[in-house]
Amino acid sequence: MIRVRVGPELIDPAAEHALIEAVPGAGAVASFVGLVRVDPGDGGDVAVLELEHYPGVTERALEALCQAATDRWTLTAATVVHRVGPMRPGERIVLVLTAAAHRAAALDACAYLIDRLKIDAPFWKRETRGGKATWVEPRAEDEARAAGWG
Amino acid sequence: MNILYFAWVRERVGVAEEDVAPPPEVATVGALIDWLAARSGGHAAAFSERGRLRAAVDGCFVGPDAPVGYASEVAIFPPVTGGAA
Repeated sequence: MIRVRVGPELIDPAAEHALIEAVPGAGAVASFVGLVRVDPGDGGDVAVLELEHYPGVTERALEALCQAATDRWTLTAATVVHRVGPMRPGERIVLVLTAAAHRAAALDACAYLIDRLKIDAPFWKRETRGGKATWVEPRAEDEARAAGWG
Repeated sequence: MNILYFAWVRERVGVAEEDVAPPPEVATVGALIDWLAARSGGHAAAFSERGRLRAAVDGCFVGPDAPVGYASEVAIFPPVTGGAA
């Protein structure tokens, strides 16, 4: 089962966990939660982070990644929930859940999904600090991590 | 042909999307960007650094040599920055 959600709503990990645990066949569920970082020492706190996406295409890219992970690690289920729109420090940006018969597959597939989605799915971040908005530049480190999965 | 812009490309161009009818010789993504750059100062500013642009044709990520002759939707945007931490 592949479940992909992209929207402005707050992410509810407990509800998503309940859904994926209900899929038969799993002995392990791995999870990753990404947060809007609270970064007090860096030119003032990020008052607002905004995420923009390409409606339809972003969802299809995430579904394709979940399918690739499901095929590679024989997952019973994969979930990606990604927020878009304005959000505040400490809030959840992204939730990845992977379920498999055994823990190694679930953990590896979860790490794969979060590394790949950073470069394969069309999202763009804009930070506002002290009233000044800037678009976040991609990091070479992220591209290298994603490429490492082959 | 519908053109979509995202992030700072959208901000510099000044619109999120526009309907255009490029001439037949505009056959690739790169040629389309050249042609669009002449539409306004905002377009020219958005497209001045080609190395920082990415594109999708009908929802598929492509390079600058990809054909656009039969495309109904072309999106132009910066490198993506999703996820967290």
